[in-house]
Amino acid sequence: MCLGVPGRVVEVRREHDVLMGKVEFGGISKHVCLEHVPEVRPGDYVLVHVGFALSRLDEAEARRVFEFLASINQLDDLTVPSS
Amino acid sequence: MKYLDEYRDGDMAAQLVALIGRAVTRPWVIMEVCGGQTHTIVRYGIDELLPRGVELVHGPGCPVCVTPLETVDRAHIIASNPDVIFCSFGDMLRVPGSRGDLLGLKARGSDVRFVYSPLDAVRIAAANPSRRVVFFAIGFETTAPANAMAVSLARRRGLRNFSVLVSHSLVPPAMTAILQAPGNRVQAFLGPGHVCTVMGTSEYEPIATRYGVPIVITGFEPLDMLEGVLRAVRQLEAGGRVVDNQYARAVRPDGNPVARQLIDEVFEVCDRKWRGVGSIPKSGYRLRYEYRDHDAERLFEVDDVEATESAVCISGQILRGLKKPSECPAFGRACTPRTPLGATMVSSEGACAAYYAYGRYLGQPALAGPAERTGRQ
Repeated sequence: MCLGVPGRVVEVRREHDVLMGKVEFGGISKHVCLEHVPEVRPGDYVLVHVGFALSRLDEAEARRVFEFLASINQLDDLTVPSS
Repeated sequence: MKYLDEYRDGDMAAQLVALIGRAVTRPWVIMEVCGGQTHTIVRYGIDELLPRGVELVHGPGCPVCVTPLETVDRAHIIASNPDVIFCSFGDMLRVPGSRGDLLGLKARGSDVRFVYSPLDAVRIAAANPSRRVVFFAIGFETTAPANAMAVSLARRRGLRNFSVLVSHSLVPPAMTAILQAPGNRVQAFLGPGHVCTVMGTSEYEPIATRYGVPIVITGFEPLDMLEGVLRAVRQLEAGGRVVDNQYARAVRPDGNPVARQLIDEVFEVCDRKWRGVGSIPKSGYRLRYEYRDHDAERLFEVDDVEATESAVCISGQILRGLKKPSECPAFGRACTPRTPLGATMVSSEGACAAYYAYGRYLGQPALAGPAERTGRQ
């Protein structure tokens, strides 16, 4: 139910008194309410839940787990169990 | 898709599993709070990848599941009214109340529509001024900003024909109730990532400190879940009891203040009954008095409807992490997704529905969960 899907903002516009935008999800685009993330600009990635963007995704934070695993691999050859 | 595919990488998952294996010295019980996380765990078999002794138990984080039976019955009564267009998220339509489900009502001619967003229901109200449009506003904190926005917009636009049947639940009081319950087994939590995009992480700190449990706010993809388990296990092994944020790409410490301000404008905290669990103090939202003209419960006078749950169903124990779905005598027999007896089977995100969908009902050793592998019954 609390499903959140990441998508790329391609357009931001005001419809009457509501900040809306077009957000693309791997080729499918939807109209999404951007009232709760007024700072977003086209090109940003947002997390969308029931037609509302709840959060702007942070690129640097998103890379962290991969950097963490890479740093461990450099320190120590992490063997993967066979089963 | 970006931010999804890279978090499903099998080699990196295997590395994280190996790191968890190195970190563990004794058995631990970790609860994932969200139904979405339960779904990821069972779908990808994450519980079966984990080292012996690290047990994941499934939490109450599915708002569809925990919506009380009487609330479903109230929705049914309202939707039966020929003046009404009843709008709901799709997964709520199949939830059986004591009078059947909303989809059945639609089949018999009632105007029941499923919507993707609460704003769709507001549009329907604007387009149908002679009808009464009711939206079934369920959800956790994640959905509250959207539902609050629908009510706020309807009011700003003078849509007197729009109202909401509110059944909003809050996660931290439910976690506290689990920790306080006799026989609690949970030693750490994977916290609800999307709830925290709105609420932030600070309200979990008193729970971690008071009950001495690590809480790792965690995302929903396989690598998120495994990193969440790793961080939880490392804290458990080191005696840590703090809130940690694995899902920092989406969750800021203060959440989304703009969204929270709107929630506070429209809703206030109230006691709430959770299906399968019972009443939990201060665990829900209701509309503020100022918005009473949009309160369907008041407008349709359904607030005194009561209902009784099945006696066989053990969903209450499953939601508190005391039992697994396969331990229920009705599971996969009298109780299936088509004929659900209780909370955890009614929605696809419920633990019982996830076990059923991914074949965990067969009871064969190869498919058995960690509880069976460690010999605990």
